Amino acid sequence: MDTLLQQLINGLTLGAVYALVALGYTMVYGIIGLINFAHGEVVMIGTMVAFTVIVSLAGSGMSPLLVLGVGLLVSVVVCMILGWALERVAYRPLRHAPRLTPLITAIGMSIVLQNVAMIIWGRNYITFPPMIDKKIYELGGASFTNVQVAIVSLAALMMLGLIYLVHRTRIGMAMRATAQNPHVASLMGVDINRVIAMAFIIGSALGAVAGCMVGSYYEIAHYQMGFMLGLKAFTAAVLGGIGNLAGAMAGGLLLGVIEALGAGYIGDLTGDFLGSHYQDIFAFIVLIIVLMFRPSGLFGERTGDRA
Amino acid sequence: MSEHQILLEAHAVAKHFGGVKALHDVSLTIRRGEIYGLIGPNGAGKTTFFNCLTGLYRNEGGHFVFDGARLAADAPHKAAEVGIARTFQNIRLFGNMTAIENVMVGRHLRTHAGVLGAITRNSATRAEEAAIGRRAEELLHYVGIHERAHDYAKHLSYGDQRRLEIARALATEPKLLALDEPAAGMNGTETEALRLLVEGICRDGVTVLLIEHDVKLVMGLCGRVAVLDYGEKICEDVPSVVQRDPRVVEAYLGGSVA
Repeated sequence: MDTLLQQLINGLTLGAVYALVALGYTMVYGIIGLINFAHGEVVMIGTMVAFTVIVSLAGSGMSPLLVLGVGLLVSVVVCMILGWALERVAYRPLRHAPRLTPLITAIGMSIVLQNVAMIIWGRNYITFPPMIDKKIYELGGASFTNVQVAIVSLAALMMLGLIYLVHRTRIGMAMRATAQNPHVASLMGVDINRVIAMAFIIGSALGAVAGCMVGSYYEIAHYQMGFMLGLKAFTAAVLGGIGNLAGAMAGGLLLGVIEALGAGYIGDLTGDFLGSHYQDIFAFIVLIIVLMFRPSGLFGERTGDRA
Repeated sequence: MSEHQILLEAHAVAKHFGGVKALHDVSLTIRRGEIYGLIGPNGAGKTTFFNCLTGLYRNEGGHFVFDGARLAADAPHKAAEVGIARTFQNIRLFGNMTAIENVMVGRHLRTHAGVLGAITRNSATRAEEAAIGRRAEELLHYVGIHERAHDYAKHLSYGDQRRLEIARALATEPKLLALDEPAAGMNGTETEALRLLVEGICRDGVTVLLIEHDVKLVMGLCGRVAVLDYGEKICEDVPSVVQRDPRVVEAYLGGSVA
């Protein structure tokens, strides 16, 4: 019983991170139908920038919480600029190219960003300095930390904020209109290029927050960490129905829980033949099953007819 | 006709798709405050003309002068900005948004709050959003579908969807409202209601460009009418003259009515 509860808590934490990253994939896909495979790398850069800021401020006598806050803020700003630049430099010139072209460009950008990160931050694992005193709470035989609480609540806050932005504000309305029919939206005076740039910027900001969460949860970072994280989040987005915001959130949480439960029980299930380090296979089993039986995802809907 | 009476001039607008000349040097002039009809058989180039005008297509020859300035129709949102709004022959609403949200998107152009405002929720942003909502409600009232404000656009009846498209177009505060076959698929009662609505819009100071198949509606509503046939303008005059023009009768009415 305590394994179940423990893995549910861990899965929820992981799932919150997946959900934030998945939102970046799904927003861009919903508007221009592009799977931005470089998004995982944006998240990685977010982690790395936060790391640099935190390390350089750690000895300055500022309060640890403030240091974390500044690290988060700088990381968000850098990623927003990076997301905007990616769209402007790599994808906008290909707006009218065949679908495969920007997809391959995205993979190319992913490789470029990984290598830039390797040049800047080196090829070794880097360790986050512990900034918060970890407190451990007990609940029915399972334990969780204040970091986990912070991750889940910050993620929830970000998602609520995004839902509000998309459904209640002028810019959000323009985004939804563009997703349904870009030509008609532009005839109503919506500047499509701005809306697309906005999707990249907002997605990257969420990604940066997720990157900081990953950094403070695992306390290590690596220039290749964005690849696997990106693939998992992409799986989460597909699981929920790519292009659908609520789907990305639900898909992220569900995938986190599936993975954690899988990792918790895989030893028992296979007679200890496979250990918990095989947890990555679950995400891809999920991806294959979804693509085989319900490619539109859990919340998937047909997007509106294009003009 | 003095300069300021003219709202739109099309100068030798040409557009072809491969070898097909969809528009062949079409020139016409629309005056402020009139209801101008554009008719012609299927495939005559009426909708193509609309698409060139609103920047969805790029015309290969000719140009438009709108409100005294040459139209740089390289992006649809710029056409909307100078004051051209349109509806579609095949309705193109944002189906998964409510009726009122559809109209609110139309207000996008005339409002300004950005992401910063959306995050900080400052008083200017909130006031603007309230104003957008109020104006959208007024417009739904104006076209007569305010009871359906919070229904999804895709759930509205066909006639109501056409009205919603008009409300959404009006939300951009156009000087010229271009209606692409607004009466298509409507019954007699609905068409009559539409006629009253279009007359009202014109009375309220918006110039109307109307593509329509319903000849009775066009002849009753429009001050002047142009006829397209195979991408060429074959006639332009008041309805009573157009109706009797032999070329029009030949091309459009099939030569049997005269």
